[in-house]
Amino acid sequence: MDTIQILFFSLSALAIFSAIMVLVSKNPVHSVLWLIAVFFAISGHYILLNAQFLAIVNLIVYAGAIMVLFLFVIMLMNLNSEGEPRKNWWMKLAGVVSGGCFLVVLVSLVKQATELSGKAALMKTGDIGLIKNLGKALFSDFVVPFEISSVLFLSAMVGAVVIGKKD
Amino acid sequence: MTLLALDWILMLEKLILIAIIVFASLGIALYTTFSERKVAAVLQDRPGPNRAGPMGLLQPLADGLKLIMKEEIIPNSASKGLFILGPAMAMTAALMTCAVIPWSSSVELFGRKIDLQIADINIGILYVFGVVSMGVYGIMIGGWASNNKFSLMAALRGASQAISYELAMGLALIAVLMISGSLSLKTIVDQQMAPGAWWNIVYQPLGFILFFVCAMAECNRTPFDLPEAENELNMGYHQEYSSMKLGFYLFAEYVNMIMSSAVMASLYFGGYDVPFLDESTLAPNIAAIIGVLSLLTKIVIFLFLFMWIRWTIPRFRYDQLMNLGWKSLIPLALVNMLATGAVILWQQG
Repeated sequence: MDTIQILFFSLSALAIFSAIMVLVSKNPVHSVLWLIAVFFAISGHYILLNAQFLAIVNLIVYAGAIMVLFLFVIMLMNLNSEGEPRKNWWMKLAGVVSGGCFLVVLVSLVKQATELSGKAALMKTGDIGLIKNLGKALFSDFVVPFEISSVLFLSAMVGAVVIGKKD
Repeated sequence: MTLLALDWILMLEKLILIAIIVFASLGIALYTTFSERKVAAVLQDRPGPNRAGPMGLLQPLADGLKLIMKEEIIPNSASKGLFILGPAMAMTAALMTCAVIPWSSSVELFGRKIDLQIADINIGILYVFGVVSMGVYGIMIGGWASNNKFSLMAALRGASQAISYELAMGLALIAVLMISGSLSLKTIVDQQMAPGAWWNIVYQPLGFILFFVCAMAECNRTPFDLPEAENELNMGYHQEYSSMKLGFYLFAEYVNMIMSSAVMASLYFGGYDVPFLDESTLAPNIAAIIGVLSLLTKIVIFLFLFMWIRWTIPRFRYDQLMNLGWKSLIPLALVNMLATGAVILWQQG
């Protein structure tokens, strides 16, 4: 096993463990913190794939900003483990079955995809994830979708402001 | 010596460098607390700490000893694990920034060329932003885990302040990146060091002022120390903390100050560059030592500026803080960014 494999497996273990802890934790604040750990592990994977820009933006935007807002809301709503509604066993069973179906569909999709079949992940090589190439691609080939998505964000922001206004 | 396809001597070299830089920053932070009190004393026309050792120089050691010896209290209703995690995260995030700062050029020891920078990564300055955004969690987790209304209020204030000012900081930074065309701090410093090149402050005076104000807000320094506004919130997010856990929070603020000073020096004031001196004419080791001293001088000047402002300007009200961030700094930063972009386009013809 070389270093990259060791890193890959430990990061994957961390990601899966943290993801399970997100679901298992009774306290919503703990869940959010475990979710941040998941983002860290995924950023580690991005770095292994030589996509440093994606890795750091994942940390800044998701772990650094969005999760802070999540934490904000949860802390202010004052949810505790005692106040959590108890669900019936058949609802839990239904949840497990539907979640399992979704997982099966996802796995079969990944297995069938022609883009992915018979290909290994590029570790430490490939430079599309570097900021220079990514920026060039975003601002030349994909400039229209890129700008449209920014308008989308703006409209979401305007919507939030309009809803938040009292009068 | 390669095992697992790793260069172990390089690892050892980096570990030693990390140890030196971390302990040096902690040592400087220790004496920053002392000079903070001395500067405050001078500005308020009183002698300041002068009992422990000559001129009070042993005061920080006495303070540290006091903090360590005090009783450790964890409130019964606190969330225990997170209560401990809070100060640990604050301190870790503060120290992690030092990894990408170029402390000087390289020295030659035992026939090896050793860069005085832990990691020259091509996303250097973004890494700093990532670490800074992690620093918020130290305050938030600590404030929430204390299970105290005032701490929670302070934590929320701290987090919203940090997020608001990070935006303006990023926009001010983009203008610098447009000029340098690189995210690596080493490259940015090298460009300013090149013979005939000016420091970035000449091209970006407005950008620097914006960055400086935002850095002050990110470090929770007066006039932006809303999370620890003692007359509104008793003591702020670290109200329930005692002993060295409190010490970590207080200390992290000073480490943050040092790191943001180093980042500002690297971005706008040429990093380890000595003005009007061509370093390439000197022997590499001597140039490296002069470089470290030069960067340290710049850091000390910034630290003094931080303290001067703290003991001169009163604290903002919370709505004033938000208005300043969103309605003044962000539009100014946007204008600065557009103007810089326009000038660069015009120069390229």
